[in-house]
Amino acid sequence: MTAPHTHTHTHAGAHTGLEGATPPLGADPRTGAAVGYDPRRTLPLRVELRRQLSRRRTRLVFAFLVVLPLLLVAAFKLGSNSRDGQAPGLVDLATTGAANFTLFTLFVSTGFLLVVVVALFAGDTIASEASWSSLRYLLAMPVPRARLLRQKLLVALGLSLAALVLLPVTSYLAGGVFFGWAAPRLPLGGTLPTGETLLRLGIIVVYLAVTLLFVAALAFLLGVCTDAPLGAVGGAVLLVILSNILDAVTALGSLRHALPTHYSYSWTDALQPAVSWSAMISGALYSLAYSAVLLVAAWIRFQRKDITS
Amino acid sequence: MHRRKRVTTAVMLVVALVAGGLALGLTRGADPVAETALRVPVGAEPTGSSVSLDASVFRPAGTGPFPAVLLAHGFGGSKNDQTADARYLAQHGFLALTWTARGFGRSTGRIHLDAPAYEVKDASRLVDLLGARSDVVKDGAGDPRVAVVGGSYGGALALLLAGSDRRVDALSPQITWNDLGQALFPQFAATDAFRATPAGVQPIAPTGVFKKVWAGLLFSAGAGNSSCGRFDPTVCAEYQRSAAAGVPTPGLAALLRASSPASVLDRITAPTLLVQGEADSLFPLSEGDANARGIAAHGTPVHVVWFGGGHDGGVAETDRLRTLTLTWLERWLLRRAVPTGPAFQASVVMPSQDGSPDTVTVRTAPALPGVTTGTTPGQSRIALTGPTQRAVAPAAGTPAAITNLPGLGALGRAASGLGGAFSPPGQAAVFQSAPLEAPLRLVGAPSVDLSVRSTAGDATLFAALYDDPGGGQAATLPEQLVSPVRLPVGPGGTVAHVVLPAVVHDFAAGHRLRLVVSTTDQAYALPADARTYQLSLAGAGALSLPVVPTSAGGGGSGRLVAAAVALAALLLVGLAIAAGLSRRRRHAPPDPELAEVPLVIDGLVKTYGGAFRAVSDLSFRVERGQVLGLLGPNGAGKTTAVRVMLGLLRPTAGQVRIFGFPAVAGAPVLSRVGAFVEGPGLVPHLTGRENLELYWRATGRPADDAHLAEALEVAGLDEDLTRKVRTYSQGMRQRLAIAQAMLGLPELLILDEPTNGLDPPQIREMRDVLGRYAATGRTVVVSSHLLSEVEQTCSHVVVMHHGRLVAQGPVAELVGAATSVLLDVDDVDLAVRVTEQVPGTQDIRRTPTGLSLRLVGTPRAELLRRLVEAGVGVERLAPQRGLEEAFLSLVGED
Repeated sequence: MTAPHTHTHTHAGAHTGLEGATPPLGADPRTGAAVGYDPRRTLPLRVELRRQLSRRRTRLVFAFLVVLPLLLVAAFKLGSNSRDGQAPGLVDLATTGAANFTLFTLFVSTGFLLVVVVALFAGDTIASEASWSSLRYLLAMPVPRARLLRQKLLVALGLSLAALVLLPVTSYLAGGVFFGWAAPRLPLGGTLPTGETLLRLGIIVVYLAVTLLFVAALAFLLGVCTDAPLGAVGGAVLLVILSNILDAVTALGSLRHALPTHYSYSWTDALQPAVSWSAMISGALYSLAYSAVLLVAAWIRFQRKDITS
Repeated sequence: MHRRKRVTTAVMLVVALVAGGLALGLTRGADPVAETALRVPVGAEPTGSSVSLDASVFRPAGTGPFPAVLLAHGFGGSKNDQTADARYLAQHGFLALTWTARGFGRSTGRIHLDAPAYEVKDASRLVDLLGARSDVVKDGAGDPRVAVVGGSYGGALALLLAGSDRRVDALSPQITWNDLGQALFPQFAATDAFRATPAGVQPIAPTGVFKKVWAGLLFSAGAGNSSCGRFDPTVCAEYQRSAAAGVPTPGLAALLRASSPASVLDRITAPTLLVQGEADSLFPLSEGDANARGIAAHGTPVHVVWFGGGHDGGVAETDRLRTLTLTWLERWLLRRAVPTGPAFQASVVMPSQDGSPDTVTVRTAPALPGVTTGTTPGQSRIALTGPTQRAVAPAAGTPAAITNLPGLGALGRAASGLGGAFSPPGQAAVFQSAPLEAPLRLVGAPSVDLSVRSTAGDATLFAALYDDPGGGQAATLPEQLVSPVRLPVGPGGTVAHVVLPAVVHDFAAGHRLRLVVSTTDQAYALPADARTYQLSLAGAGALSLPVVPTSAGGGGSGRLVAAAVALAALLLVGLAIAAGLSRRRRHAPPDPELAEVPLVIDGLVKTYGGAFRAVSDLSFRVERGQVLGLLGPNGAGKTTAVRVMLGLLRPTAGQVRIFGFPAVAGAPVLSRVGAFVEGPGLVPHLTGRENLELYWRATGRPADDAHLAEALEVAGLDEDLTRKVRTYSQGMRQRLAIAQAMLGLPELLILDEPTNGLDPPQIREMRDVLGRYAATGRTVVVSSHLLSEVEQTCSHVVVMHHGRLVAQGPVAELVGAATSVLLDVDDVDLAVRVTEQVPGTQDIRRTPTGLSLRLVGTPRAELLRRLVEAGVGVERLAPQRGLEEAFLSLVGED
């Protein structure tokens, strides 16, 4: 104890740094925590959001969601409009106005793009910390494990929701500027007033958010289990594709209803003259049930996990 | 490697579970149901020839007795059509009996069209057969507990049997007729403007329009390739004469009346589940409606299901109907208090846009107005406009409008265009409503009053209600259904009350309702002579629509509620487990006696994967103000020990206490520990300063406690702090990470291999910093595989090897315990002699400039004093890599 003391003086003038160091602050005798530490204040949402928002992949995703509608507009403007089917579908109606263009964009994004975006935000959030080695520092801070998961999941879900809202908003604006603000024509015929249209779009976004919760939960669980961000995101997308493939096997009959992606396009029921809820309710309940199971699994796994990253 | 393996295992487990679940579902059909084929002798034909039926009994596993179900097939089919349903029912505890009706398949005899004296009596014989079986539940001697289920031809049989044989306890007739005359010669001109049920029609007296295409299809299905085939000769002859005339002969009319449930409905007392198809131009909803009204009128429980299928195809809804039927049988045969759902269910079918199956939404009502006692349907009106119009009926009825192609099912609908129709010009009058202000859900049959003049003495017309979206899009005809009417028309014309087809259809807001009254339809027999009609709206000129208040769900609501409950339960269980786990951890008590001891490790064991022991029985303690070196070669278990100290790893046995508190995951006491473990963990896309600031903000502690300036000075990065960390060199990252560990000036600083990647001046700098850090009353633990580093930096040392502690104590003591000394002297021989006299000297060797030796237990100063006293000139006395010697002697030669 005395020997190091002499060093302090012999090296005065170099990087000292510690001369102003006061004695330790003291601790809470009950918990042993440093004064000022409160587990409920660790990893505030704002900090986590800032960590994620400053990442290039986050910005790229949002930029892509802004650019995609413009690309689609360009594609429609460039390509010739050859109609070969008799029944008007969402594709044929895409260029009739802002609302139909938005519906088209959502329709082509539901199966893959939105799945990848949500899987990226939810699957990458823990796994990338592990791959940067920063996860162990957060846990040693300590951010309690359950709280770390909660804060990370909330921010991932918030970013996913923002992406899910951004896409229709930019589509609506792009569609309005280039194809006009006409009231939407429903695939089954008829139009809706603008107020009703926006309400229906809102229903669709909420439904998509609920069904994509399953993807988020799956990716989150995989992200907790692996240290490789690609493994978590890719694994979640692969399992979603597997579910889609099984859903295409009609021999499975009503068993397919229990597949997590079976109802992923049920939001089109909101485009009927009167909204049809039953498929959407089934889809939402299945999604919530699967999400609950997967998230509980993620929590249990992470509580017991040895952090070796 | 381990981790990757576990993830792979987890993924494979998920896939296996999914596949296993699917396989389980697929193989559920393989329950042990025993099928026994038998021949049942029944009453002879009028010619006297004997008849026997080809039948099968499907017996559930177990001893019984079981309630029984008769499964009747459709026209032109055989018992084999019912095998799947029979097995399904047998798997659910019912003894199922299927048979081929007389005149079909391998049964003998001729077709009498569900005649009471033949087919219905045959079914009574089958009830006798069940009554004689010991494995069937009995309600009395020879009275089995039995239900009849069947579709179309089999559905009418079910009604006729239930009306003639009191032993029937429940029935589910599906897509069948009420009055075969009205079905084959439909008349939708009604006697009364008021209708008691949503789809009801009270036809006026004159026979309607011959449904020639459907009738022809049915007859040929029974006749095969001879003119009468297996039809009873009388039935055949009467049919052929009627078909040629386009009106039924009195003989056929009598036959059809006898084969119609309409005549026996008042005698049915068994609870009835009536299923009728919305896509059915052969036996439309009005037929089922008449059956329901007739049965319910006498207080018999009736539930009505309008589903998306029927003889025209549509959506089969097989699973839902099976479930509904099973529930009905469980309720009335097993007499269980299972909920049978709402009394009325209707499917709203939305055609899909992307080629996937059409979606079906089930709407329900607790009562079917007009059927359930004490209720009548409401009425609403929608005004139509249109002038008086002339419509021509061409001679021989050609060309004719095409709305539906009977017998082709879904193909017929596709061929006529999606919901569209072909209509030759000049042959129809059109009346339209204004665009709808709000969406309209039509459940049942609208009606309208038409004023008709004819150049002939009668009029044959086809009325239909189209959905016109406007805006240039084609109007659609729901379910492709039309209402034929045949009216006697006097010279002054006539007013007819026309009931339009009953449908379940959503009209969107902005759409118009379009009434089209056509003079022709391909599917019906048309007048041979040409005539012209004048058509106009009569009365108020308005459509009158039934109002059936329905609500969503119903059929599936039980399942949805169950799912919601299951979900809530799952969440609760999960939360309870998670909470339990974390609480158990939190409850290891602190040890107040150790409150001032920064680190105590007691009997620590950590194994990976149950096999590899990274740390074995490690115990040591660190006191305040020490700089403790954790020394060991690579793989000695130092990093594992450090990770356990930080709560990152769960110890297999033993424990770590920091200031008396167990160092478990998330323990608050860890907030007094700063750590650097196995390399930096920085966020690459942030600058150095942002990394430190965000790190501190993530701790949630007051910004003033961070001592950021001191930490930054330790890092010594200056202007590099504004660059992104991904541009840093290894050494810069290392220094930033150590600065991060020092944020808040933690009482215990744990650094794992902190000097890796630093250059020698930086290493020396680090050494000083740690010394000064400990001088402030804080404690430092440094792990290293470099002996010199520990020797020069640390006050105390713990030496580890193969996960075990091999030595510990103050560095000086360990060095003193066995140190090599190098001496440069002027007189080597004298020096050797003197040295040999000093206690504790070993391994004395000559070197070119002096000697080397090991000194155990004697201070170097004592040796020096003795040499000088003996007159040896000592130029240099150097301890030679002391700790390394100790270390090597302690850990052996590997």
